[in-house]
Amino acid sequence: MEIPYTVKSRPDTGLYNAKLGIWLFLASEVMLFGGLFSAYVLLRVGAEPGMWPHGWLNVTLGTVNTLLLALSAITTLLAWAACKVRDFTKFKIFHACTILLALTFLGIKSYEYHDKLIHYELKLNNGTFADGHLVEKSADFDLVKKTGSVTLHGRIVTDEKDLMDLRAPAAQAAKLDEVTVPATDIKSMGNYGPRHNTFTAIYFTLTGLHALHIFGGTLVIFYFWAFGGAMWKTDPERFTNRIEVSGLFWHFVDLVWIFLFPVLYLT
Amino acid sequence: MSESEKPVSLSGYVRLCAVVFLVVLCTTSAMIATSFSHVGDGWTLKVALILAIAVVNAFLVAGYLMHLLSEKKLIYIVLAFTVFFFIGLMGLTVWATNGFPTGTISH
Repeated sequence: MEIPYTVKSRPDTGLYNAKLGIWLFLASEVMLFGGLFSAYVLLRVGAEPGMWPHGWLNVTLGTVNTLLLALSAITTLLAWAACKVRDFTKFKIFHACTILLALTFLGIKSYEYHDKLIHYELKLNNGTFADGHLVEKSADFDLVKKTGSVTLHGRIVTDEKDLMDLRAPAAQAAKLDEVTVPATDIKSMGNYGPRHNTFTAIYFTLTGLHALHIFGGTLVIFYFWAFGGAMWKTDPERFTNRIEVSGLFWHFVDLVWIFLFPVLYLT
Repeated sequence: MSESEKPVSLSGYVRLCAVVFLVVLCTTSAMIATSFSHVGDGWTLKVALILAIAVVNAFLVAGYLMHLLSEKKLIYIVLAFTVFFFIGLMGLTVWATNGFPTGTISH
């Protein structure tokens, strides 16, 4: 049975079905991310003064990722344009670029996550805080049994608020060194994972959901890139429409990042 | 006629994409410069400025790369509903920030 309106437009909507379908899906996606953005607003506005982090994320890496996604959105559009002019070789080249750019984006994101997961904040018994990247835990380190020690590359501060604004002159001037703390001095310790505070929670949720979209989109684009040749030979118009629909999804993912980057990295 | 139904010139799209990328580069630089500048006393003005630049960026992607500047009426209707509900969602959120029930502990 032939599926109707995969190539030609429906007379009532003026669109082929998949195109209307993807726009309806994207509308639901706007509300999904909108809900999380509104959660971000609530958490940020409700934060105790001086306790909302600034400068915790690497702006250089965020900028590189912004440009990578912008470039991938462009190669996606050019892949569709190549299909429209019936140039399958160029389609393959442009979409290969899209896949490589997407994988680079995910690689950088993974590096950023790893950087947060090896960054620890230790609350010490004397009321101060040791903060920095984990260098090593001694072999016998056990926080419950209070044995061993942990070494961080970072600093010790007296007030947790000093760790919040890393763009503040005092934080910029702070000298980072190797700090070894015995387990007996540690009241509690935790990394900068999602449970660290509300900022890291919403950061991991928003960027994690976005990264899942990137991953899913990359899989679809890879499928068309690797196995699209058969449909291209039999029904190039329908294949071109599939590329347009996947491209619309990809541009939406780029759009979300356009707001995630300034909200999380720059403000 | 929507963009996908028009005759396509690959070289024309390459030129368009080059312009879009250059503008994205400029707007991204402007956002970063604003973020590190000393505009206003606090973060409020900075956030407003940075988000305004982000909207320009988003307009380029949606308008030119997603062809929204020349789409069918039905898609505009779908998006009009989306914008309405999105504004409602954000509006309710902002409204709620000043409407905590009596007795709520606030900082």
